[in-house]
Amino acid sequence: MVEHRPILTLLAHLVLILGVLTVAFPVWLAFVASTHEVTAFTSGVIPLWPGTEGAANYGAMLGQGMSTSGAPPLLGMMVNSLIMALIIACGKIAISITSAFAIVYFRFPFRNLAFWLIFITLMLPVEVRIVPTFKVVADLGLLNSYAGLTVPLIASATATFLFRQVFLTIPDELMEAARIDGAGPMKFFRDMLIPLSRTNIAALFVILFIYGWNQYLWPLLVTTDAKFYTVVAGIKRMAEAADALPQWNFVMAAVMLAMLPPVAVVVFMQRLFVKGLVETEK
Amino acid sequence: MKRTIFPNRWLPWLLLAPQLAVTLVFFLWPAGQAVRQSFLREDAFGLKTTFIGLENYAALFRDPQYLNSMQVTAVFSISVAVLSLGMALLLALAVDRMLGSARIYTTLLVWPYAVAPVVAGIMWWFIFNPTIGIMPYVLRQMGYDWNHGLNGNDAMVLVVIAASWKQVSYNFLFFVAGLQAIPASLREAAAIDGAGPVKRFFTITLPLLSPTTFFLLVVTITYTLFDTFPVIHATTEGGPAQSTNILVYKVFNDGFLGLNLGSSAAQSVILMAIVIGLTVIQFRWIERRVEY
Repeated sequence: MVEHRPILTLLAHLVLILGVLTVAFPVWLAFVASTHEVTAFTSGVIPLWPGTEGAANYGAMLGQGMSTSGAPPLLGMMVNSLIMALIIACGKIAISITSAFAIVYFRFPFRNLAFWLIFITLMLPVEVRIVPTFKVVADLGLLNSYAGLTVPLIASATATFLFRQVFLTIPDELMEAARIDGAGPMKFFRDMLIPLSRTNIAALFVILFIYGWNQYLWPLLVTTDAKFYTVVAGIKRMAEAADALPQWNFVMAAVMLAMLPPVAVVVFMQRLFVKGLVETEK
Repeated sequence: MKRTIFPNRWLPWLLLAPQLAVTLVFFLWPAGQAVRQSFLREDAFGLKTTFIGLENYAALFRDPQYLNSMQVTAVFSISVAVLSLGMALLLALAVDRMLGSARIYTTLLVWPYAVAPVVAGIMWWFIFNPTIGIMPYVLRQMGYDWNHGLNGNDAMVLVVIAASWKQVSYNFLFFVAGLQAIPASLREAAAIDGAGPVKRFFTITLPLLSPTTFFLLVVTITYTLFDTFPVIHATTEGGPAQSTNILVYKVFNDGFLGLNLGSSAAQSVILMAIVIGLTVIQFRWIERRVEY
C-alpha cells in the first residue's frame, strides 16, 4: 500500500467480502440441501437455511448409498478415491524422482531422447487420447482394477521437471564429497537427495493428491464394477437419478463428502499447497 | 548440467525404466494409434479397414456440427478466460492493499482449487435448476424465464459460470504473487509524482503484470479446452441442440457413444496439435522469463 486512502481500503474489503461470499455461495446451498428431507425439493424454491435431517442423510449415504440409482455406499467409494489418489500421488513422485536423478546425475546415450519422451506426456492429456488409451487398458485386462485406475495417469513430466530443477540447485561439492567418502549413486540418492528435497516432495504430494482425488473421466470409463467406483466419478450417476426423482438432499450430501478431503488438504496445508502450485508451473 | 557425474551405464536406464514404460504404453502407443486410425475407415463390425488418407479430416471440416463445436469452444474458452482472469485480478488487487487480513482472505478464496470440476458443475446445476433452483426463481421475479434444458444461451452461461468459479482461485494466487513482485519503490515514486491509484494501475501495475496475465491466459485456455470435460458431461451433455458441445466432449461422444472411430481419432489428432501449440507457447514464455 502506497498511501493512506480509507475509501479505497473500504472498497477493497467490500470486493473481498463479496468475492468470498460468491465463492462460498454454491457450497452453502449444497450444504443446506444436504440437511433437508426429500420433500423439501418437490416444489417451490430450494431452502436457504439448514434443516434437521443432516445426520440422517449423511448416515444414509455413507452406509447404504442410493439403492434406486444403483449407487453403492459412499464410504466404500471414498476409500476407493483415497486409494486411487494415494497411488497416483506416490507413484508419480516415485517414478519422477528416479527419472530426474538419472537425467541430472548420469551421462548415457539417448539421454536427451529420454528427456523428450517424458516431456511429450505434457502434451497428451488423457481426454485427448481417450479412446485408444481405453483400448490399451482393456487389452491388458486392467479394467476394474486399481492398476487400471492409476497406472495410465502416473507418468508426469511436471514432477520430473520439478525434481530436475531441485537437483540442479544442489551444489556439486556435495556429490563430490559423497563420492570421496565412498558413497555409490544409490546411497547418495537415498541419504542426500531425498532428504534435501523433502519439502518439495511434500508440496508436490499435496497438488498430486488433489489431482488424483478429482479424476473423473478415467475412473468413469474403466470401472463398471461398483466395487471400484470412486466418489467423484460416482456423482454423475446419482445426479442423473436425482433429476428424475428429486433426491437432491442425498446428491448434495455426496457432493459435500466428495469435496471435503481435498478442500481440507488445501486449507490445512496452505503453505505447502501454494508452494507446490507455484513450483509445478515454473 | 552437472560438472561431475556417476560413471554407470545401466543404472540410469533402470531408474528411467518405470517412467519410460508408462509413457510408451499409455501415452505414445495410444497417440500413435489415434494418428493411424485417423487415416483409416473401419466398417461397423471392425472387419475391414481401408486407408483413406486425409478423408476423415476433410469430412470434419465439411461437417457443420464440427464447425459449430469449434465455435462453441471458442465462445466458452474466451468467456471463461475473461470472467476468471477479471475476477481474479480484481480480488488480487484488493488483497494487495490488505496488511494483516491478507492471509485470511487468501485462505477463504483459494479452496475452490481443490473442488473437482464435476462437483462444481453439479452445484451450479442445482442452483440453476429450472423448477426449484434459486437463480431461476430470482430471474423469474425480474421477468426472465430461465431454462438451460431448452435454451442454448442459458446452458452456455451455466457452464461458463461453473467453469470460471473453479478457476478464479488459481488465477488469483498467481496474480497475488505477480503483484508482490512489483517493487514498491516504483509505485511510491509514481505516487510522489502525483499519479493517483487509477493512473498507477494502468501505467505501472498492468504493464508489469502482463507476463503473469499472458501465462494465466494460456493456462486457463488449456483448462477450458480439456479439464472442463466433467462440467459439460455432468450437466448439459453438450446440449441443448449442440449449444455446449465443446471439442473435447465431442471426441468422447463420437468415439465412445457414436463409435465413429475414424472421425474421433481425427478429432483427437487436431486436439493434440492444439495442446502441443499451447505447451510450446507456454514454454517459450517461461524460457524468456528465466533469462532476465
